[in-house]
Amino acid sequence: MTVMETAVDPRNPSYLENRSAMLERLHEYDDALDDARAGGGDKYVTRHHARGKLLPRERIELLLDQDAPFLELSPTAAWGTDFPVGASVVSGIGVIEGVECVIVANDPTVRGGAINPYALKKTQRAGEIALVNRLPLVNLVESGGADLPTQAEIFIPGGGVFRDLTRLSAAGIPTISVVFGNATAGGAYVPGMSDYTIMVRHQAKVFLAGPPLVRMATGEITDDESLGGAAMHANTSGLADYLAEDERDGLRLARQVVRRLNWRKQGPGPRTLNPESPKYDVEDLLAIASADQRNPFDPREVLARVLDGSEFDEFKPGYGTALVTGWGELHGYPVGVLANARGVLFSEESQKAAQFIQLANATDTPLIFLQNTTGYMVGAEYEQRGIIKHGALMINAVANSRVPHITVNLGASYGAGNYGMCGRAYDPRFLFTWPNAKSAVMGPTQLAGVLSIVARQAAEAKGQRYDEDSDQAMRMMVEQQIESQSTALFLSGRLYDDGIIDPRDTRTVLGLCLSAIHNAPLKGAEGFGVFRM
Amino acid sequence: MIRRLLVANRGEIARRIFASCRLVGIETVAVYSDADADSPHVAEADYAVHLPGNAPTATYLRGDLMIGAARKTGADGIHPGYGFLSENADFAAAVIDSGLTWVGPPAKVIAAMGSKIEAKQLLADAGIPMLPTWFDPDRVTEFPVLVKASAGGGGRGMRIVHERESLGEAIASARREAALAFGDGTIFLERYVESARHIEVQILADNQGTVVPFGERECSIQRRYQKVIEESPSPVVTPQLREQLCAAAATAARAVGYVGAGTVEFLVDAVGGGFYFLEMNTRLQVEHAVTELITGFDLVQLQLLVAEGNPLPLNAPPGMRGHAIEVRLCAEDPAANWLPSTGTLHRFHIPQVMGEFKALAAPGLRLDSGVRDGSVVGVHYDSMLAKLIAWAPTRADAARLLAGALARAEIHGVTTNRDLLVRTLRHPSFRAGDTETAFLDRHPEVFAPLLSSVDAVRVSCLAAALASAEHRRASAPVLGTLPSGWRNVPSRSQTTVYDGPAGPVEVGYRLDRGGDLVNWWVRAVDPDDPDLGGLGQPPATDDHPPAQVVSATPEAVALDVNGIRLMFTVRRVGEMSYVDSPEGSVALQELPRFPLPTAALAEGSLVAPLPGHVSRVMVVPGQRVRPGELLMTLEAMKLEHPVYAPSAGYVASLPVGPGSQVETGAVLAVLRPE
Repeated sequence: MTVMETAVDPRNPSYLENRSAMLERLHEYDDALDDARAGGGDKYVTRHHARGKLLPRERIELLLDQDAPFLELSPTAAWGTDFPVGASVVSGIGVIEGVECVIVANDPTVRGGAINPYALKKTQRAGEIALVNRLPLVNLVESGGADLPTQAEIFIPGGGVFRDLTRLSAAGIPTISVVFGNATAGGAYVPGMSDYTIMVRHQAKVFLAGPPLVRMATGEITDDESLGGAAMHANTSGLADYLAEDERDGLRLARQVVRRLNWRKQGPGPRTLNPESPKYDVEDLLAIASADQRNPFDPREVLARVLDGSEFDEFKPGYGTALVTGWGELHGYPVGVLANARGVLFSEESQKAAQFIQLANATDTPLIFLQNTTGYMVGAEYEQRGIIKHGALMINAVANSRVPHITVNLGASYGAGNYGMCGRAYDPRFLFTWPNAKSAVMGPTQLAGVLSIVARQAAEAKGQRYDEDSDQAMRMMVEQQIESQSTALFLSGRLYDDGIIDPRDTRTVLGLCLSAIHNAPLKGAEGFGVFRM
Repeated sequence: MIRRLLVANRGEIARRIFASCRLVGIETVAVYSDADADSPHVAEADYAVHLPGNAPTATYLRGDLMIGAARKTGADGIHPGYGFLSENADFAAAVIDSGLTWVGPPAKVIAAMGSKIEAKQLLADAGIPMLPTWFDPDRVTEFPVLVKASAGGGGRGMRIVHERESLGEAIASARREAALAFGDGTIFLERYVESARHIEVQILADNQGTVVPFGERECSIQRRYQKVIEESPSPVVTPQLREQLCAAAATAARAVGYVGAGTVEFLVDAVGGGFYFLEMNTRLQVEHAVTELITGFDLVQLQLLVAEGNPLPLNAPPGMRGHAIEVRLCAEDPAANWLPSTGTLHRFHIPQVMGEFKALAAPGLRLDSGVRDGSVVGVHYDSMLAKLIAWAPTRADAARLLAGALARAEIHGVTTNRDLLVRTLRHPSFRAGDTETAFLDRHPEVFAPLLSSVDAVRVSCLAAALASAEHRRASAPVLGTLPSGWRNVPSRSQTTVYDGPAGPVEVGYRLDRGGDLVNWWVRAVDPDDPDLGGLGQPPATDDHPPAQVVSATPEAVALDVNGIRLMFTVRRVGEMSYVDSPEGSVALQELPRFPLPTAALAEGSLVAPLPGHVSRVMVVPGQRVRPGELLMTLEAMKLEHPVYAPSAGYVASLPVGPGSQVETGAVLAVLRPE
């Protein structure tokens, strides 16, 4: 057992510089969160409240156990797109009657809670988290259905939402819907496919076709309550299992349902119920990541503020030193950590990672990946020494590992380093991004430079004169575009992660996710792909 | 010598006597009614005998059962304590006739002093000063006068009459009350002294003719003629007056042939001067403890000594050391007309107590209590829970010590007069020694709760909410080690609704990742009509003092409020939270987060179990019904569903009639208990 030392010095000028850069990024992130929290804006929020209805976050707050934590997932989804920040849906992991659940709540103040492509992606991601981690899913339904202008992007894939609901059910993961308002046409299958359905009297409207469409289709003249009111479904159709008197009552019933699920987590519990806090100030986490991405930083300083008791037993500390590997505990859960120390991954680091991941699988230990990599080393020497072979070892190990992975991008995630360090495509159970972090196929300067070189060569091959001015303009434009498409907000907006997190919350977020993960059984891989030696 | 003593009493006084018995090696026998089966006095006794029932007339007033219990347990003596049979001459005689040692004065003395009229006549002859007294109402020559019952006690049957016109009615009602309470409607009239002080002299007499006065006690602060605060020495008694009072008391004791411990009560005219005989109590008084503290003598031991026929170990008044003040802590609500309160005393803790049931070796606090944590305070007996007595070099020291300990006491589960006692002890008039009998009438400000400032109540509510939050975190089955109420996208605060002294309030609080308060509020709410708009959002105007959490556990919360650190202890029992702090105490009932929708129906509502129509109605509004009586029938799906009265009561409302169509859950009738 090794208690980590720290070299972080708040009096160091770089400390202040890093901190102020991080605070600036956090400020931008907060502005985005403000947009998400504002929902459909004052006008619609006031109107919604005036109808005696609650906002999605208010519903969630009432649904959750008092004082229990709640992790919102992808809160800034759709940032930088044509759709409102948050994508008209709130999702997250919270505790209901002592059970960790995935909660998905439509925001009816945002265009009637209509499902746009980002809302769909966010909803499906929440369903995926529920499935792989075995978390009961609670849907707080009030949505006008598909966002019609973008129906082409959502209609066909959107069916997956209903498929996933019943697959959850088939896997023994309970699904619960509380219907607060519209759940019509396709939306009707959310309550329809759920194990438990609660409808709020005089509010829920659940039907395949509303009065106008019914009249068009069959000539029948009818009304909302007869077609799909809560009382009708509770007393006549049987689609509603519980009839709630009002919204608060609906949430009470949802809690009641969860209380009776007889839910048991299938993974092991934490090794200690009283984990020691880290020994160093979490505030320092604002000042550890370098303001200038070109300066790598020591991830041990992060681990010293994240792991229980700042204890970390490093594995192979003297070998492949650009990648830190080792064991610790986080809120009582044992974890293995892989963290980039000096940006670049070499052959040694790759081999070390492949071995470490196999060891974690041999002991059923979850892995945390702390990304800060510019990718695998390039150059003739490294190619000749087999960097591809060795990178493949690492990617093979990551891809076939069966213990849960959680990835946090602390600064940079470029190139194949993103793959080796368990980027989104490698299905980490969760992936979070610090607000300063970036990710792309390569750095903007490098990418623009590569384009410039290729263009110059093409011009020269054709015997044409290369226009230096337009080259300059092209490089600037490309750099700007890549830069803006590499930012945390951009990537999070496109749901390439599960959300940006305040660095100071890293321990809490990881602790919550680890606990959530242990709802599912935990078993390491018994076989990997063929390791090319 | 007494080998085994039965105490024909309960609670605090039984424990007090047992304590002295243990000091001299006498074995103890307790008696107990049904309700007292778990009382400390039963647990402490060597033997205990059950007196079935609860009514005093079936239990503690049954002399025959007491003597039977003594026989059964082999007790050879009986101490009556105070109250109950203590001044019952027949009982004293029966005890002596059964060959048991009676720890008390001779039966004939009890009988003589039990009649106030007889006592007055007897002692006036001995030269003891008396107030002008009339036995015939028509002869009254001055007003105001006090109408008193001859057999009275505890203020029952007493009436102040300011003018002749109301005399007739006052006498009639006093007679009725006295006849009911004491079986003797004899009354007399006495001059009423407006600024009166109640001062009494403790005496002990042995059967060798020695009578020793043990100094005076002032018991002026009373409610409904019952003593609340007693002290010794009296702030107004000069050495000269003390000598006169003690001499008069000794004369009175000798005149009646007194043996044992007794008290001669005098009224001292605070304005006109002079003192007058009131009555003689032929028992140990509740307030004997103040005398024990300032004299250092154990009066119960002296009683036992005398009862065994021994001479008193002293023949002159003992010296008085320092000052002692006693308060009677009672389960009652002074602000609600002294209504007795009942319930489970979840917690009873007085800090800094130096001793119980005995004289103290050094100045400090003495507690004589009949209860402990978990005691049930019922309706059957006296509301006094305990006596707390401070002994200090000066009166001011004693009052401060007593008030401080009371203010910090943890008394949970029943309403008590604690706050009134603290406010009285800290009152400038009390401190100045102006303790006439009308003190509580003249100083209504002492009825205010100790925790009275808006901010003090708010901060206590906040402490309760934070302690509950810690409790929930500590007992959370998952994620218990994460920060309380953590959010990565904070938008709303946690809220808890309490019913407290100022009605239902919502406490809102939000903590940051380090556990510091981001915001907090306490605002009045209507729990039946929760404001859902802006749920968990702070009020628009924030007039709350800035507060920070210094530390929080499920049991204790330290807050920094306006730069001042305050410590709160919080105890939860079910939905109740009891918060104690130097600011005062408050009991808060946590209201359910999700009120059941049926709770919104009027109590006693009968609702339709299914949709249908009312076919027959058998009752009319106002009609009395028996449990199980058929009220109406409901027809649905060709079946008739009878609706029966679940309990006895009357039909308060009948919103339906024959033929009414009803939905599931519609109210059919409202029954109220009578």
